[in-house]
Amino acid sequence: MSFKTFRGGVHPGHYKNATEKMPVVPARLPAVAIIPMAQHIGAPCEPLVAVGDEVKTGQKVGDSQAFVTAPVHSSVSGKVVKIAPCNHPLGRLVNAVYIKSDGEDTWHEDVRPHPDWEQASPDELRKIVRNAGIVGMGGATFPTHVKLSPPPGAKIDYCLVNGAECEPYLTSDHRAMLERPAEIITGLRIIMKAVNAPKGYIGVEDNKPDAVEAMKRAAAGLADVEVHALHTKYPQGAEKQLIKVFTGREVPSGGLPSAVGCVVHNVGTCIAIADAVCSGKPLIERIVTITGSGINEPKNMLVRVGTPMEEVIEQCGGFKPDVRKVILGGPMMGLAQPTVENFPVIKGTSGILCLTSLEVELQAFSPCIRCARCVDVCPVSIMPLFIGSAVEQGLYDRAESANAMDCIECGCCTYVCPSKRPLVQWIRLSKGDIADRRAKK
Amino acid sequence: MIIAIVSLGGLGLLFGGLLAFAARKFAVEVDPRVEMTQSYLPGANCGVCGYAGCAQYAEAVVAGGAPLNACTPGGSEVSKNIAGLLGMEAPAAEARLVAQLVCLGDCETAKDKAVYDGFRECKAALMFGGGVKACRFGCVGEGSCVRSCPVEAITMSKNGLPLINHKLCISCGKCKNVCPRQVIEMVSANMLYHVRCKSLDKGKQVRDICSRGCIACNLCAKECPVKAIRLENNLAIIDGLICNNCGTCVEVCPQKTIA
Repeated sequence: MSFKTFRGGVHPGHYKNATEKMPVVPARLPAVAIIPMAQHIGAPCEPLVAVGDEVKTGQKVGDSQAFVTAPVHSSVSGKVVKIAPCNHPLGRLVNAVYIKSDGEDTWHEDVRPHPDWEQASPDELRKIVRNAGIVGMGGATFPTHVKLSPPPGAKIDYCLVNGAECEPYLTSDHRAMLERPAEIITGLRIIMKAVNAPKGYIGVEDNKPDAVEAMKRAAAGLADVEVHALHTKYPQGAEKQLIKVFTGREVPSGGLPSAVGCVVHNVGTCIAIADAVCSGKPLIERIVTITGSGINEPKNMLVRVGTPMEEVIEQCGGFKPDVRKVILGGPMMGLAQPTVENFPVIKGTSGILCLTSLEVELQAFSPCIRCARCVDVCPVSIMPLFIGSAVEQGLYDRAESANAMDCIECGCCTYVCPSKRPLVQWIRLSKGDIADRRAKK
Repeated sequence: MIIAIVSLGGLGLLFGGLLAFAARKFAVEVDPRVEMTQSYLPGANCGVCGYAGCAQYAEAVVAGGAPLNACTPGGSEVSKNIAGLLGMEAPAAEARLVAQLVCLGDCETAKDKAVYDGFRECKAALMFGGGVKACRFGCVGEGSCVRSCPVEAITMSKNGLPLINHKLCISCGKCKNVCPRQVIEMVSANMLYHVRCKSLDKGKQVRDICSRGCIACNLCAKECPVKAIRLENNLAIIDGLICNNCGTCVEVCPQKTIA
């Protein structure tokens, strides 16, 4: 069965060969784990522990009363040494609990499996997922239990699992599919039960034939789960694009996937859900791809949340001397960081990409030549050139009327622009401004 | 030839007559006071009054819907002129406001934590890890205020801080509104000295990252002869109503933050 494709998109180089054949290796336990209180979109958590408290692995150390939030757990056993701000990928300081590890890794007694989950009600499943602090692990870190609570009246027809991993360089999802396909299927079935969806699809880009094969083998014999190889094109793994590919439905402007009867989850999230339900483990570790030509030994590592970035980099042989830019996530949508000090790996850290000066050299941009290549590649059919020039002149209201808020920030426009114009950066700038103004109204 | 001249000339006369008639018949009555008011206004169309331009403000003020002193670039002189024209009482003259940069962390005095090579806009630079400078409160230095100034009163110094020419400043406040770090303040032109720092960090933290930042040592507050200075959240604040411009604080400040 061949699927329709989505409009636009680009074909950047894959750069995955450095790590795609490397099995996931567990990283060392951190000496001091830094657990930020905000590792998700939504209300930040309040610390539940005080300096001097003894905590165990998997113990909840932060929670909030809000709906859109996710609790955080200790990833080591040891003693709380301080509560202080640490760096966050979004460029601000967030409160964090610093836990000095005792090296024992004793698990907390609340961590216990739910073996009879097949009999559990959707509400119970949502509660397990919320208490495990699970967030979307593709990088957006949206609390998963919120996604599992479709608005009243919405009927979910399809559960989609994103194994596309369309970002160049990253291989964490690829390795997850090869090494833990059974858990991905279990996670998908739990999601399907929680949202009462009859059908589940898993989509994997066809540049990973081994992953397609592994997932197909794991799904064999299941009538309600299908695995499909997708055309290799960026941004294949974007939520709205994946829905379009599988169902032909289009998420309306400003709407959520549930509006067209779909939910989309990442393969990493599925594994986290399976772990939370089947073995009771909260989300305290994730697979991180440490790669790029600026690192000595590229690796896929299973890293405890809260491990300082510097320790992870040191376990990969350290930086090469001419490293110039460190990006969290992939090169298309990841966030460049000003520092790696006092900076923990969090739930959404899919990759640490280290690039050398040769690769990140920027050219000065020049005026728009109206070639409309950005319009051709835009997967959400907006016209980045107009938004770009509006923002360049400071006309944010014009950017808003050119539908800047529909941008998914995939970066295809900037990737193809022959004038090297920073289109997606301009659009992101205007989105912040527009959101501020809407909030004021 | 004759026919052409006569016919074209006739047409010209006919249309001229029609236009003259239309000009009389459909003439728009303009309140002469609106035109007068407009002639008093500076004509920069800066929009600070809240109207699209000087003409719209003139109409509104004559119609009675706008305050007389909404034109800050014009200052008390304009409001006095308008008040005289409309036969109203002029609002009390206020001291002229000028834009003042309250940060001295340039590329020599303040430490950077990274290199930013994205496009030159302060807000965009802040999206990258909260700005390049180590200080969380200081000027970002990408010059959004320079581009926002309608009268080119702001230029970028070679050390990466905006320089504001107080003589040219029309106190429109656009730079203040565009600054994402709020390090431009509108201050009274009569006040000579200001605490040029916004950092709420503790003294040691400030000293580590900036050689001109306020370290909250309290010397200025202690030495001020009229007790116009107080310390709030690790930052000295000068009360403009008490300050007598004696300059003692400038002399005692160890970081040369007050200038």
